[in-house]
Amino acid sequence: MTSLAAKILVIEDELPIRRFLRPAIEAAGWKLMEADTGERGLVEASQALPDVLILDLGLPDMDGIDVVRRIREWSRMPILILSARGQEDDKINALDAGADDYVQKPFGVGELVARIRVALRHVSQVAHPGVEAATIAGDITIDLQRRIVTRAGRNVHLTPLEYKLLATLARHSGFVMTHRQLLREVWGPGHAEDSTYLRMFMRQLRQKLESDPAQPKHLVTEIGVGYRLVT
Amino acid sequence: MIPDRPDPDALLAQVTGQDGLMRRGRLKIFFGMCAGVGKTFAMLQEAQERSQAGVDVVAGYIESHGRPETDALKQGLEQLAPHWVVYRGVRLREFDLDAALARRPGLALVDELAHTNAEGLRHVKRYQDVLELLDAGIDVYTTINVQHVESLNDVVAQITGIPVRETVPDSIIDRADEIELIDIPPDDLLQRLSEGKVYVADQARRAVERFFKRENLTALRELALRETAARVGEQVLVDRAGRGDVRPWATVERILVCVGPSPLSARVIRIARRMASAVQCEWVAVSVDTPSQSDLAAAQVRRNLKLAERLGAETIVMVGERVVDEILGYAIRQNVTKIIVGKTALSRWREWLRGSIVDELIRRSGEIDVHVVKGAAEDVVSNEIRSESASHAGWREYAWALAVMGCCTLIATFAFPYFSAVNLTMIYLAGVVFVSTRYASGPSAFASVLAALLFNFLFTRPYYTLVIADTQYVVAFAGLLATGLVVSGLAQRVRRQGAAARIRYLQTLALYFMSRKLASLASRDDLAAFAARHVADVFSGDVVVLMPSATGRIEVSARHGEFVADSPNEHAAAQWVFEHQKCAGWNTETLPASQAIYVPLVASEKALGVMGFRPRVREQLLEPEQRHLLETFSTQLAIALERTAFASQAEAARAESEREQIRSSLLSSVSHDFRTPLAAISGAADALIDNATSLDSTTRDELTRSIAEEAGRLNQIFGKLLDMTRIESVGFKLHREPYPVDELVGAALGRMQAVLNRHRIVTEISEDMPMIAVDAVLINEVFANLLENAARYTPDGSTITLRCGLVEEAALIEVLDEGAGLEPGTEKEIFRRFVRKRPPTDRYGTGLGLAICDAIVRLHGGNIGAENRPAGGARFWFTLPILRSIGTDSLEPNSDRQQSTDNQATE
Repeated sequence: MTSLAAKILVIEDELPIRRFLRPAIEAAGWKLMEADTGERGLVEASQALPDVLILDLGLPDMDGIDVVRRIREWSRMPILILSARGQEDDKINALDAGADDYVQKPFGVGELVARIRVALRHVSQVAHPGVEAATIAGDITIDLQRRIVTRAGRNVHLTPLEYKLLATLARHSGFVMTHRQLLREVWGPGHAEDSTYLRMFMRQLRQKLESDPAQPKHLVTEIGVGYRLVT
Repeated sequence: MIPDRPDPDALLAQVTGQDGLMRRGRLKIFFGMCAGVGKTFAMLQEAQERSQAGVDVVAGYIESHGRPETDALKQGLEQLAPHWVVYRGVRLREFDLDAALARRPGLALVDELAHTNAEGLRHVKRYQDVLELLDAGIDVYTTINVQHVESLNDVVAQITGIPVRETVPDSIIDRADEIELIDIPPDDLLQRLSEGKVYVADQARRAVERFFKRENLTALRELALRETAARVGEQVLVDRAGRGDVRPWATVERILVCVGPSPLSARVIRIARRMASAVQCEWVAVSVDTPSQSDLAAAQVRRNLKLAERLGAETIVMVGERVVDEILGYAIRQNVTKIIVGKTALSRWREWLRGSIVDELIRRSGEIDVHVVKGAAEDVVSNEIRSESASHAGWREYAWALAVMGCCTLIATFAFPYFSAVNLTMIYLAGVVFVSTRYASGPSAFASVLAALLFNFLFTRPYYTLVIADTQYVVAFAGLLATGLVVSGLAQRVRRQGAAARIRYLQTLALYFMSRKLASLASRDDLAAFAARHVADVFSGDVVVLMPSATGRIEVSARHGEFVADSPNEHAAAQWVFEHQKCAGWNTETLPASQAIYVPLVASEKALGVMGFRPRVREQLLEPEQRHLLETFSTQLAIALERTAFASQAEAARAESEREQIRSSLLSSVSHDFRTPLAAISGAADALIDNATSLDSTTRDELTRSIAEEAGRLNQIFGKLLDMTRIESVGFKLHREPYPVDELVGAALGRMQAVLNRHRIVTEISEDMPMIAVDAVLINEVFANLLENAARYTPDGSTITLRCGLVEEAALIEVLDEGAGLEPGTEKEIFRRFVRKRPPTDRYGTGLGLAICDAIVRLHGGNIGAENRPAGGARFWFTLPILRSIGTDSLEPNSDRQQSTDNQATE
């Protein structure tokens, strides 16, 4: 949400997709740059330094995961992945490799624009650290500086691990976090496979923070992928 | 037997025989009357000719005994390196069977067919090596002398006075495609001997000198000539029968030879064999197992039957009381024309007493000829057939007999004043019967005699003497003695029958139990494991079951006991058995050094595996009955294994045809389902392009919206198709992980938000719901499909209830709606593919959703169903088994998971 027009780079080989992306993105007031191969995309990314990168996983010249890895070698720019059904494994691998979120084809324009907004918000946070330390999701407030979580103005008591999990989700609020990423950040690298723990803790968090844990509004499960804190 | 007109079966057998010869290898035997006639020489000569004619000849094993002219003939032939075996410090030169099989020549020369292999080789006898070569399709030339032919063995021994131990079964010689007699006049042979041209080992010189006498040689020569002539005659008959010329015999003969528990039977059997081969007919060796037969006698019978089998007879053991009845019964049933029976060696009085089987046979044989021949023993080991009558009974039994007689005397003493003396015999008789029924015949006879003497001594005048004054007591005395002996004989028979019946009963029981249990098991591993345990119990030993792996090598798939059969030797034995479908190992003549006996598991066609049995005590012998039982067990196992194999094949075929059917119906349904939205999209787009200016804004909006809607529909159809094909693809596996039910519910509701936003959603999740191990991605599809259906088929604003609870060991998940409900009678049908039963409120739906749900829930081991709610609306439910072992389940990394959530806007 910068005042200057944000730059969005789309790496996508299919013309019809690029064709409908352009009017949608320009209508939102952003500047669109296009690349139709991975190599060209990487060059473009390093020269134009876009604010957000949109990356199609099915590129003809190289693996989308390699593109993510090579970008992550030098930049923390948000990366949104466009994946099709049948590419589920690739999608999760790309997320684990450092991509921030995904949109599944076929997607609505509104959905993509919303995701780009979330990404741009993170960009501004990185640019101005400390400005928005508290994450607000509905009636839940997560104050990362004071380590306080409130719901409808009342303090919620969380165990240290519950807090750590919630804080991790909050730092990436709006983005999906894979099971592996969450386990690694909260429990440490040795526990990357123990997803049962994660589910038990998520359940406890929902019971403490959601008004109807069976219809969560904020601590959302992405089945087969991970969790997302929806603000 | 060959009938007068060419029997189609016989012709077929002959044809397949010829056909088989192509594959099985031809056997040619160079036949001689004795050593030194030049068999090896002749064989090499012919081999050279064949080699020059382009045949791939390999000298597998040649015994030239250092004769230069024989050695010279070996030149130019490829020679197989001998296999050296060290046995008790002696290096023995042996034929290398495996090298020959690996080399696979067109023709192999293997000298000395009757040779007994050194210990440690695969087969005990060389002829078994030759058979294996033939089975492998390799032609074989071999040599043999007349004294080594099993059926002529005794005749030769009679002629020369020297018994020959190494013999070859006649069946091997019968199998020869060609027999060439190598013949030289005895005088020439003697001359060659004196010139030192015949190999004679030094230590055997004296025996040889006794052997090589002119009269011996002449007799042997005649024997060899006759034998060859007979076999040539057979071939003529076979060929002639093929052409259907003349009837070879006026009548079809069938010879029966009676085999008894006497070592003398051996000669009788040989004579029967010669008669049978002279008239070219089948012959059968019959033995009757009477209850009174002792174990020793039974063992001798088995030896005799084995000999008959080796000589090519069919052997039959019948069970019955009366030998003659059984034999004649069988002979009449089977159209036997000649019965051959040995002269019994019973002493005269026993013959008179018990009657001679021979006499009775002759008297009652009617149309059947009975030949009585003199028997002769040939096995020194087995002539101690003893009547076991008295020998078994211990002194204890005699003491008991004495005690019983004492009691009788006591009672008789008390009764004496009141009863006449003759009545007192009844007391003694009761005592004798009592003893007879309980003890062996020795104590019974003892009791009878004692009773008679006591009665005579104490109760007949004159008292206290053994003199009998009154002749009527003589009758009492004799009656007492006779009754005692008869009753004890009867009782003994009953006891033995009982014991035999018990053993048979136990065997039948073991078989029955095994077959019943095998029928109830379905998996290959379960069957093998059960059979191993059962056989180990019945035979008391260790059992392994080996079955082929993907590579064709067999591996241990079940075992019971410590025996693992992992040594190379054991494994090689098992592999051999598997490939050749013949028994081998311990207690057999192939690879006898193995620790275990290996039995092939053969049902109808190929071997399915091998069962190995290692006895607890290695010295223990496997009785033929036991071996039969073992083979029966293995056959049962093989049948069961085959049944499961067939079942899984049938299942696979069924699944394949079902898949095929799904594929085709999918294709037809999909082509329709895809075409409609595609037509709508392209039509709308065309309209927008062509009439860009003339369309008013409402129409334009309608057209664009229609494009978006139809695209969504296409996407949905495509997603379901993908799900269906993936679930039903071969090798599909669930990725189960423990999930809290509320998370599954939450994820589904989140995903379906857009579809459900015009309905009221109520969730009722029971508090005590444990985690359930599911493939979350698939279960999410189930929820999504059920919720979508509920939303689609019910009016806006109605309530959809999602209820989760526990029913026994399963989670029960229900989706309840308030719509029009299901059409009665369609509750089951709707889960089939492409069935759309409920009147839809819109035209969405592929008819695949519920079928997908059904498949997924079943994959999880749960059930799915639907019915109408009493209060109106439909109730869809499914159950998922709860796997309690949370944490022990494989917790796979989620990154490996597939996911298929349709994307939903989350804000």
